[in-house]
Amino acid sequence: MGKIKTLKQLEDFQDSLVKKRDPNKLCITVCGGTGCRAYAWEELIRAFEAEIEKQGLKEKIDIRITGCHGFCERGPLVVTHPQRIFYQQVRASDVAEIISETLLNNKVVERLLYIDPVKNEKAIHEDEVNFYRKQQRLIFGNNGKIDPTDITDYIALGGYTGLGKVLTSMSPEQVIEEIIRSGLRGRGGGGFPTGRKWLYCRQAKGDTKYVICNADEGDPGAYMDRSLLEGNPHSVLEGMIIGAYAIGAGEGYVYVRNEYPLAVKHIKIAIEQAEGYGFLGENILDSGFSFSVKINRGGGAFVCGESTALMVSLEGRVGEPRAKHIHTVESGLWERPTNLNNVETWANVPLIIAKGAEWYSKIGTKESKGTKIFSLVGKINNTGLVEVPMGITLREIIYDIGGGIPGGKKFKAVQTGGPSGGCIPESMLDLPVDFEELTKVGSMMGSGGMIVMDEDTCMVDVAKYFLSFLQDESCGKCTSCREGIKQMLQILTRITQGKGKEGDIELLEELSEVVRDTSLCALGQTAPNPVLTTIRYFRNEYEAHIKDKKCPAKVCRDLITYTIDEEKCTGCMRCLKECPQQAIVGERKKPHRILQEKCIKCGICYESCRFDAVKVE
Amino acid sequence: MNPRVLEKVDRVIDKYNKDRGMLIGILQDIQQECQYLPKEALLRLEDRLRVPLPRIYAVATFYKAFSLRPRGKHLIQVCLGTACHVRGAPRILEEVGRKLSIKAGETTEDFNFTLETVNCLGACALGPLMVVDGKYFGKMTPGKVEKILKGYRNE
Repeated sequence: MGKIKTLKQLEDFQDSLVKKRDPNKLCITVCGGTGCRAYAWEELIRAFEAEIEKQGLKEKIDIRITGCHGFCERGPLVVTHPQRIFYQQVRASDVAEIISETLLNNKVVERLLYIDPVKNEKAIHEDEVNFYRKQQRLIFGNNGKIDPTDITDYIALGGYTGLGKVLTSMSPEQVIEEIIRSGLRGRGGGGFPTGRKWLYCRQAKGDTKYVICNADEGDPGAYMDRSLLEGNPHSVLEGMIIGAYAIGAGEGYVYVRNEYPLAVKHIKIAIEQAEGYGFLGENILDSGFSFSVKINRGGGAFVCGESTALMVSLEGRVGEPRAKHIHTVESGLWERPTNLNNVETWANVPLIIAKGAEWYSKIGTKESKGTKIFSLVGKINNTGLVEVPMGITLREIIYDIGGGIPGGKKFKAVQTGGPSGGCIPESMLDLPVDFEELTKVGSMMGSGGMIVMDEDTCMVDVAKYFLSFLQDESCGKCTSCREGIKQMLQILTRITQGKGKEGDIELLEELSEVVRDTSLCALGQTAPNPVLTTIRYFRNEYEAHIKDKKCPAKVCRDLITYTIDEEKCTGCMRCLKECPQQAIVGERKKPHRILQEKCIKCGICYESCRFDAVKVE
Repeated sequence: MNPRVLEKVDRVIDKYNKDRGMLIGILQDIQQECQYLPKEALLRLEDRLRVPLPRIYAVATFYKAFSLRPRGKHLIQVCLGTACHVRGAPRILEEVGRKLSIKAGETTEDFNFTLETVNCLGACALGPLMVVDGKYFGKMTPGKVEKILKGYRNE
């Protein structure tokens, strides 16, 4: 297939692809996201290939490695077609049975089905799993259907028709108008109206303009952008091309974290294929519009997710943010008008064009339209990526989709918005999730990380964790951010060591204000959020550390001691052997004892004891 | 100067057409070839890209991905993302450090292991997570550490 030059050719090609694909052809799809790949995945793929070869079924059964399905907790995930049977935690040893039973005989292999832990019911198809039931997977849904390294899979599902429509029947102004009417807001954290940003960039003076895709997903615990780039890179590219046309940009960049090798590989393949089909390059679909995209890999600096820092980093320099009195839409990369959007924002664009602004704006809340992908992680039963309409409550996400807290533990807080966000307590679980509501309670949407914490999480320790992260990642340009965070971290460290003083909480609040008000970029401005929200909602934990010298969650090492319950200890010698400090003494079949002066409180004995005899106080 | 290093550096520079804007990409590729950024490589870059050495040094020390010191044969990364943190990642890092007698960012004396931390690898379902030479070890406990290290130790 050569370059596609007209909309008609694209539509014909699409038809021919759909016709060629037999919906009843036997096919095995295996999730190829980074999560699933981490569980003996290569062995599984090799086993499928070998078994198909061995049974002489190469013509009969296809195997397709798709993008991330989102349900990372249960990987590797396998779906058989046309039966659509959903298997989880599949191992190489299950392969022969899946092929002979399910694919050839339409029988279900019961033991590989997902069992709902609450209702104890088995789910046969993906959409019967509670994790998926309440989701609305508009952006993320195609991940499980396509091979991200094959552009024809994307085209067969209607891919690039949005671009075709834009280039043949819409003016740039009409495209911008459509995006404004849809109500789409930036998914990277700020929530700025995307259409307005495009409009300002279009209106900015200058012949050379750039568009950038921000894939420097630095928030720990958030990985939806990686999954989109890995699983459906063409949706992001198509969004960028449409945006570039609307803005009048001729060149684009994808700035992607180097820690995501698979995402780098897949977007690279996608760009080459899009060039091959003529969706990138000179005179796209004979419209006179030309556009090319380059990839830049990030150097592992969190601050480069900030737009101005990202742009200097693209120029090959140290990624320090600058003041934004001149916006990047007027003077950004190489001092030219530049429009930067996040991966997920770009992926929303083709959908809006294909289905229309009116349809899109019906999803979500008054101010926040569409869906949002969250990564639901931490102390949660169903870890994974979930796409939900804006306005859904935190409770629905955590309990209905996430399946609640593992081990019968009690929920304590959910942290949203990454290091810039805040911790939301149980009393606010019925909060509808959108940009405004999260900001009202002192947190933020951020890029969509949602870290669930249970009774075993110490909130002072969490605040300390985020500040230590931010101390490392502060670029050091603003004194208040560089020094303020450091001082706050020292106070928090003191508190967790049992050396907290009366007045520490107030001092933290005062420092927070200074750092927030006097830092240049969002990193410093929002750095105090984790501290302020934990003080606001969990002040009693701070007080317990400072006044009673106790860590209620039993996390802070200087405030806890490990002891052995003599009645429960069977004298099995297990902890004694595991202890790295030889701090446990005792004889076989007699209760052991911990030598407190030698104990470093690593907790290995607590974990290794099978009789629940090690206690933490 | 090591001629083999210079050869590698030249190859990378040529691949990027001496584009100064691609400095970070060039450094990444050199690091991939050499495992770290040797001094002679940076001097060569200054010469051929016509970028002042202080600017190259600033970039090479600002971004976490770069190392100016030789690294070990095996790279151990312990994820300290939030999800891993609340599931006990700091204790995994400590245990690895204890077993190898090094801290995060350091290399063992025999240059067999380098220990690093990462902010998030986006495989949160597996947390706490440890990665050795790109291979993922999920749901870690301090007790599992030695068993994994054993497979990579110099015998």
